[in-house]
Formats: sequence, C-alpha cells, structure tokens
Amino acid sequence: MKDIAQVVEDTAARLLKISATILPTEVKNTLIKDEAETSGKLGKSQLHAINENVHIAETQSKPMCQDTGLVAFFVKIGDKFPIRSEVKTALIKATKKATSNIPLRPNAVDMFKGNTKNNVGLRGYVPWFYFDLVEGDECEIIALPKGGGSSNVGKMKMIPPGKGIRGVKEFVVEAVAAAGPLGCPPYTVGVGVGGGEDMCMNLGKKALLRPLYEYHEDKQIASLEKELLQILNKLEIGAMGLGEGSSVLDVHMEFAARHPASLPVGVVISCWALRHAGATIDKEGNVEYHPQ
Amino acid sequence: MSLVFSGLMEYHLTTPIPPEELKKIMIGDIVYLTGTVVTARDEAHLKALELHKEGKEPPVNFTGIGLFHCGPVMKKNEDGEWIVVAAGPTTSARMEIFQDEFIKTFHPGIIIGKGGMGERTAKACQEETCIYGYFTGGAALLAADRIKKVRDVFWYDELGMPECLWVFDVEDFGPLTVTIDTHGGNFTEDSKKNIAANRDKILQELN
Repeated sequence: MKDIAQVVEDTAARLLKISATILPTEVKNTLIKDEAETSGKLGKSQLHAINENVHIAETQSKPMCQDTGLVAFFVKIGDKFPIRSEVKTALIKATKKATSNIPLRPNAVDMFKGNTKNNVGLRGYVPWFYFDLVEGDECEIIALPKGGGSSNVGKMKMIPPGKGIRGVKEFVVEAVAAAGPLGCPPYTVGVGVGGGEDMCMNLGKKALLRPLYEYHEDKQIASLEKELLQILNKLEIGAMGLGEGSSVLDVHMEFAARHPASLPVGVVISCWALRHAGATIDKEGNVEYHPQ
Repeated sequence: MSLVFSGLMEYHLTTPIPPEELKKIMIGDIVYLTGTVVTARDEAHLKALELHKEGKEPPVNFTGIGLFHCGPVMKKNEDGEWIVVAAGPTTSARMEIFQDEFIKTFHPGIIIGKGGMGERTAKACQEETCIYGYFTGGAALLAADRIKKVRDVFWYDELGMPECLWVFDVEDFGPLTVTIDTHGGNFTEDSKKNIAANRDKILQELN
C-alpha cells in the first residue's frame, strides 16, 4: 500500500515543475500560430522571442519566466479518497520542496517579516487552495502559479445591475485597455460574473483553467466569450503592447447567481505564460498526469 | 487609428556604441547588442548617483554600454564561477524617477527593460543621445542564453543578488525593440494613446 500523502506531495511538486517549464499544448500552439499570422515585424519579433524562450524552457527543463508566480491549487477530493486534511499538508510540503528543487523564485512576502523564502505564507493563506468535494474515490490536483505583473492588472467592480450584460462588457473592455502593455500580453482573460465581491474574482481565475477555444457549454455565455474576444482584439495592444499581433488569445467566463442589488464582475488577466498542470490520483495512489 | 513607426530597421550594435550610431536609430527599429551589459534596478541607480554626488565614481564605466533593468537569478557552478539561470527584464517604469539623472551623469548607450518609460527619460535620451530597448517580458531564458560570460559583480554583499551590479558579456542580445530614440520619439506613449482611442471607439459601438 502506497503512502497516499507522500504520493500527493510528490505529484504536486511535479505539477509545479511541469507548470513552470512547459506551457499547455494549446497555449504553445496558439502563440506559434500568432507569430506566423502576425505580419508586423515588431509583433512578430516579440512573439518569436516568446516562442524561442518557451522552447528553451521545455528542452532545458527550466522555468520559462523568472517570475514563477504565486502558487494556487485547485483540488477536487472524492468522498472515498483515503485522505482529506492531509492533502492540504502535502500540498504545502510540495510547495516548499519545489521551491528549492526546481528552483522557483521565492515569491511569498510577509508584510511584517519579509520574504519567507519558500513560497509558503506565515499565516496559512499561501499557497491558496480552491477545494471542492466530489463523488468518487479520486483526487484531482491542478497547480496554477500566476505571475505578479499580470495579477497587478486584474480588476473588480460592482456594477449597477441596471447596466446588465452591456455593463459587464464595458468593464471588461476598460480593464483590458487599462492593462495595456503592463502585464506581458498577449493576454488570456478570465471573467467571473455574479456571486459576490470575492466570488467573481475566484470564478475569473477558475475560468483561466478551461482550455483555449473551449467555450462555455451555455450557448449564451459562449457567444459572449466570442464577442469579447473579437472586440478586445480591436484595442490593438498587441504582443508586449507594441500594437502588432493578438492582444488577447481567448476570453473565458463563468457566471454565478447574483444578489438582486449587485452585479459583481471580476477580470483576471494572465500574461502570455498561462501556466497550469494537473493530475488525478486514485485511491491506490496511482497517478495519471493530464496531457499538458 | 493605427500606430506609425518611424523606422523598421534592424541594427547589430557593439558597445561602447558611438553616438552617431545611436542617432541613426528610430522608434520601431530592432537592435541586437554585443558587448557589455550591466544590470541595475532601483537601489543600484540610487547608489551610483549618491556616490557621484560625494565625488566618487561607481566601479563600472557606463559610457556607451547597455544598462539592463533586471534582477537575475544567478548561481555558482562547481568551479565557483557565477552563471546566469534566468535574466528577464523588470518593469522599467519604477526607474523613471531617476533615469534621466542617471543618463545625464553616466551616459549609457542603451537602456534595456520592459514596459517602456516616460517623458522624463525620453527627454534625457534626446538631450544626451541614448535609446531605450524593450526586451520581451518573461523571456528570461532567451536573455540568459545570449549572456556569454559573467565578467564581474559589484555591491553583491550590500545590495543582494537582484539589486547589485552584474557585468555581462553579451552576444546578439535581443531582440530589443526601440521605443525611445534620440529624436524625442516615445513609442510607449503613442501606444497608450492608441489603445485609449480604440477603447473609446469600442465603448461607443457596444450593444
């Protein structure tokens, strides 16, 4: 019988390594396609540099950006998976281990005591966990490290509900325009609508995990995603904000019910390096890594 | 509205870059740099300027070389020599408050960073014959690949790894997109105006 907690720890550490060094295939292919389709020399040279850098990262197994991000895990635990709270402990251990082994840049800074040097906060909130309880006997873990530059351009707003969907679109356009060249475009944009002031940002981040060009199963939401992708590219931000190449690779949205008096909108923006990696562990401790 | 580039040439420059070479370059041109590049972030800028005010000079002659806004990840190899792990650009906007004074005092040839710089820096570049080259954000390994040798390090004990002065020998370091030239052009400001105009148009047409 395998030590399940150890399996979770080793798997999570490996997921942090994969996410830091290998882009999901569809993100990689989209950036390559964008380079091929960009006629302007400036945008093309920026995209070429990005693609060359991504290639070096994968072949040399090194982090693709010096900012290896703030670590978050999306975890689904099945009713019959052998461990529960130990999963959390294992993920924290994995983060420390990955920080020294890969290495990751130490990015967890305590406001009073400084950098913790291991990517784990002193007060229990970093790495951040999104736990979900599901049926079955498996545990799914997705690591999503996110860089500071693109997180700095994220935005949230409580819109008057009377503005409706049009108000949502306006705010997304304003947020991405304000991000401009600052967050290392081309961007992938996750939009969370509804819930509450906290939930809309969580939903926006979750939306980033959906593979590029896989649209929402609700046709109305899918059509809104496609419309926003088209209009955001009219901003002409371009690769690295130089006006050429795509501004936005894709837009994904998640909707929650809202309070009658509120219409919260969260815009979470990822830089070109949309990094995440996942795996599923069964109750025996067998691990299946999701295709990257 | 769309952006207009003055230039679309590619230059391979060697440090120290002669001022007459720099004057040929226009915003939108792409530069690859060979020679000496020195890293400096906020604290190194401050320290160099303070030393100068006290009548002393920093340990590096910045004239005509590349000044790189970068806090690299470095490690020592088995022989105890420094090697570059990752060396992507940091956001240059933080240096805007003293970059003009630095340019006037130390005369670097090209400032390298990401995100572009403001009007103060653009004015100093015009007056002192300096340019700004935008390196691809996040492309830390590509940058490391073009750094051929770590020649020296200064102020390491005092300022620490990301903030100290690393002196690199580079070969075809780039692509660096020129967003500030010696003629008063500042592409980042133009780009911001273009994005804002497009935003207003989109919002007007929104259903």
